[in-house]
Amino acid sequence: MNKLKTGFIYTLLSMVAFISLFPFLWMLISMTNKSVDISQGRLLPGGHLFENISKLFENYDIGSALFNSFFIAVVATVLCLIISSLAGYGFEIYRSKGKDIVFNILLLSLMIPFAALMVPLFRLFGGISQVFPAIGIDTLYAVILPYVTTAFFIFLFRQNTKMFSRELIEAARMDGLSEIGIFFRIYMPAMKNTFAAAGIISFMNNWNNYLWPLVVLQSPDIKTIPLLISNLGSGYSPDYGVIYTAIVIGTIPTALIFFFLQRYFVEGMTGSVKG
Amino acid sequence: MGLKLNRSIIGWFFASLSILLISMFYFYPMLQALILSFKSGMGANLEFTGLDNYVRLFNDPVAMIALRNTFIYLIFQVPFMILLAMFFSVLLNNPNLKFRGFFRTAIFLPSVISLVAYSVIFKYLFSTEGIVNDFLLKLSIISEPIEWLMDPFWAKVLIIIAITWRWTGYNMIFYLAGLQNVDKSIYEAAKIDGANSIQQFFYITIPMLKPIILFTAITSTIGTLQLFDEPMNITGGGPGNETLTISQYIYNISFEYTPDFGYAAAVSFIIVILTVVFSIIQFKIGGEKD
Repeated sequence: MNKLKTGFIYTLLSMVAFISLFPFLWMLISMTNKSVDISQGRLLPGGHLFENISKLFENYDIGSALFNSFFIAVVATVLCLIISSLAGYGFEIYRSKGKDIVFNILLLSLMIPFAALMVPLFRLFGGISQVFPAIGIDTLYAVILPYVTTAFFIFLFRQNTKMFSRELIEAARMDGLSEIGIFFRIYMPAMKNTFAAAGIISFMNNWNNYLWPLVVLQSPDIKTIPLLISNLGSGYSPDYGVIYTAIVIGTIPTALIFFFLQRYFVEGMTGSVKG
Repeated sequence: MGLKLNRSIIGWFFASLSILLISMFYFYPMLQALILSFKSGMGANLEFTGLDNYVRLFNDPVAMIALRNTFIYLIFQVPFMILLAMFFSVLLNNPNLKFRGFFRTAIFLPSVISLVAYSVIFKYLFSTEGIVNDFLLKLSIISEPIEWLMDPFWAKVLIIIAITWRWTGYNMIFYLAGLQNVDKSIYEAAKIDGANSIQQFFYITIPMLKPIILFTAITSTIGTLQLFDEPMNITGGGPGNETLTISQYIYNISFEYTPDFGYAAAVSFIIVILTVVFSIIQFKIGGEKD
C-alpha cells in the first residue's frame, strides 16, 4: 500500500514537472530548428540556431529592443531602490502622527488598478510631451516614470526598517554623521538583503512589463522586448524559429537572476506578505 | 526640542520625492479618470455628459461579456490553482521525498518567464495543428483536434490552463514557506491519535495555512480582474469577444477603436470598485493577524 502511494506521488510529480518544463524545453529546441520543422512538431534539436539568430538580428530591431528593455529595467530599479527606501526609512525612523497618516494614504494607491490609470496617464504624458518632449510619449522615460516609486516598495522598506537597530543610528549621530550620511553609509550596507530582494522584484517587473509600454510607446520605431515578442507572435506568416529565438533571448536575463539569486528572490516574494 | 523638529523635517524630506511621484502618477490620474468618466467625445474633444457613460456601460453587451468572462476566469481558475498549489506544497514538504529541490524548481520555473513570452508559446502549442493536439490524438484522448483558439468554450479553457501553468508555482512558494512554520509535533500528535494523511490535510494543514490561503486568493483575484497580457497575446480576445477581459476592452476603446477616453474611464471603474472591495477584505484580514 505504502509503496503504491509513493509510486503514485513520484509519477504525479514527474508529470507535473514535465508539464511545467515542457514549454521551456520546446522553446530551447525550437530555437535551433527551421520554421517548417517546428510547425510539424519536431522534438529534436536541429542545426539552425545561428541562422535563426542572424535572421532575428537582421530583420528585426532586437538590438535596440534589448537596449531599451535593459535601460528601462536598470534605471527604474536604481531609482526605485533609492527613492522608495528613502521614503520607507523616513516614515519609520522619523515617525510622527502626520507621517503615519500620509503613509496610509500612499498605501491606498495599491488599490488603484492599472487599467484605470492607463488612459489618464497616457493623457498626462501627452500633456508633458507638449512642454518636455524628452520625457513625453514615445520616450523610455515615460515608460520608467510611473514605476520609479510605488507604495509596494515603500511598504516593503518600511517593514524591513522596523528590524534596523536604532542604536546604530544613535552611535552614528554621536560620531557626528549627518542624517543623510547615516542613511547612505550605515543603513544601506546593513540592509543589503532587502535591497537585493526589492531590486530583483523591480527589475523583473520592469523587464516584463507589457501594457504601459504598449500604451505609451505608440511609434513602431521604439520597442521593448515584450512588445517585440508580441509583435512577432501576431504576424500572419510567423517564422517560428526566429520567434522562439527572440523569446529565449528575452527570458535569459530573468532566468539568470532566478538561478543566481534564488535565495533573495524567494525571500523578497514571501517577505512582502508579512505584516 | 529644536533638534527633534529638525529631524522631523528631515523625515518629510526623505519621503517627499515618493509622495510627489505617487500623487502625480497614481492619485492625480485617478482623479482625472473620475472626471473623464463624466465626459464623452472622440479623442481630445471631450464634453461633459453627466452619467451618460455609466448608462451606456450597463447597456453595452460587449462590456457585459468582458465582465462575464473575467468572472468565469475568477470562479474556475483561482480556486483550482490555489488547491493545486496547496496540494503540491504538501507533497514537496515531505522531508523523505527524493529530488525535492528538482520538483520545486521545475514547478516554480514558469514564474520566471514574461507573460507575453509564455502567451505566445501557448498560442503555438495549442494551435489546431499544434503539439498539444498531436499529443492528445496520439494518446487517443481525443479523436479529432480541439479548436483551442477558435471555439468559445475551449478558448476560455486555454486561458485558464495558461494562467494556471504560469502562477501555480508562484503561489506554491508561499504555501511552502507557510508549512515550514507549522509545528511538526502537531502532526505527530495527530498520527498517534490515528489521523490518516487526508484527515491531517483537512484538519491541520488547511486551518494552519488559512492566512496564506486568503492572501493568495485575494492577490490572484485582483490579478485576474486586471488580466490583459494573456488574452491579448493568446487569443486576441477572440473568437468574437469570447475571451475578452475588462482591461483589454478598456485598451480597445482607448487605442484600437475610435478613441473614447471618457467611456474607457467609466468602464475602468468596474475594476476599480471590484479591486477596492477585495483590497479592503485583504487589509481587514491582514490587520487581524497583527
